[in-house]
Amino acid sequence: MPNRSFLQDFNKGLWQENPVSRQLLGMCSTLAITNALINGVAMGLAVSFVLIFSSLLVSLLRKIIPNQVRIASYIVVIATFVTMADRFLAASFPAISKSLGPYVPLIVVNCIILGRAEAFASKNTVGRSLVDALGMCLGYILALLILSSIREILGSGTWLGYRVLGTWFEPWIIMILPPGAFITLGLLIAFANQIERKIKLRR
Amino acid sequence: MLFFSAILINNFVYHYFLGICPFLGISKRIDSSLSMGTAVTFVMSLTAVVTWPINHWILIPYKLDYLQIVAFILVIASLVQLVEMFIKKTSPPLYQALGIYLPLITVNCCIMGLALLAALKNYNFAETVVFGVSAGLGFTLAIVLMAAIREQLDLADVPEPLKGAGISLIVTGIIALAFFGFSGMIK
Repeated sequence: MPNRSFLQDFNKGLWQENPVSRQLLGMCSTLAITNALINGVAMGLAVSFVLIFSSLLVSLLRKIIPNQVRIASYIVVIATFVTMADRFLAASFPAISKSLGPYVPLIVVNCIILGRAEAFASKNTVGRSLVDALGMCLGYILALLILSSIREILGSGTWLGYRVLGTWFEPWIIMILPPGAFITLGLLIAFANQIERKIKLRR
Repeated sequence: MLFFSAILINNFVYHYFLGICPFLGISKRIDSSLSMGTAVTFVMSLTAVVTWPINHWILIPYKLDYLQIVAFILVIASLVQLVEMFIKKTSPPLYQALGIYLPLITVNCCIMGLALLAALKNYNFAETVVFGVSAGLGFTLAIVLMAAIREQLDLADVPEPLKGAGISLIVTGIIALAFFGFSGMIK
């Protein structure tokens, strides 16, 4: 794979292999915490932190870790960074940490991170893995931002806590409840598929 | 009470969004989703039994609860491995039925979620075990329901961009809405 440019490694996370809309990875956290934009941002940053550092470490250690125990080693690496992120959030932003609940520790089993470690970081150089992780993070954050913005605006009439729709607006409570999450994400994925189809047709 | 609420109201899939990956991935046919559900219920019950003593007798007394995440994930991974070897030796037909689903369970977030939620809510031992069994049954119910709908959906005329994940998520949303009807049942 030497003829791929760094830019391609970076770009593919944004659209072509977007972890949420294309690969359907990390669904649990995506759906659970996007009821308000601030939670989406916090989750996006926490996952990015873990993904970037575990990609870095896995890629550094890729020649040392024996093949048979690689999955277990990756999990330990990931769990360490997740613990750091969890403790940091709990100490600095107790309110956010409380509203995210068990979903921060659950980053451990977020398939985006293990998937990247196994599919990319374990086979590529440190630089490439870092770029790949950055692209994936941006794609993930982007998806979270869109999803949580839609749900917060329609579900509580606010955006980042500020009221954007007038008092005439009756909030759709359903949007901040679980069913709203499933339906919004379903429609978003359909929308992304439709754009992809249009692009293909034009070629 | 806890039993029914974990199956119907606080269903792991529809309420906590746990185990969505296998839920979407393996819900294409009823029989395979039933095997997945059985495997998950089995491992969940075991996880509940094993993680509670570890958390309350080792981690908390020695003030090691910051190691919770690492400890739980290692316990679950080795538990799945053990269960796999055990079933392979003792009951080949069951091993055939569960097949590739067992190793997949390690990264299934509902197992990890169960251990964390039980620790978070400070359940005692009996409650944790009941919670584990009923959450597993709830997952099975959810995934079998979904598979039944998706088998019918294959015959329906779904708009092109919605095919696959899109329609599955919307259907899940509607089922989740229906499950809200149960929340008035237990006060």
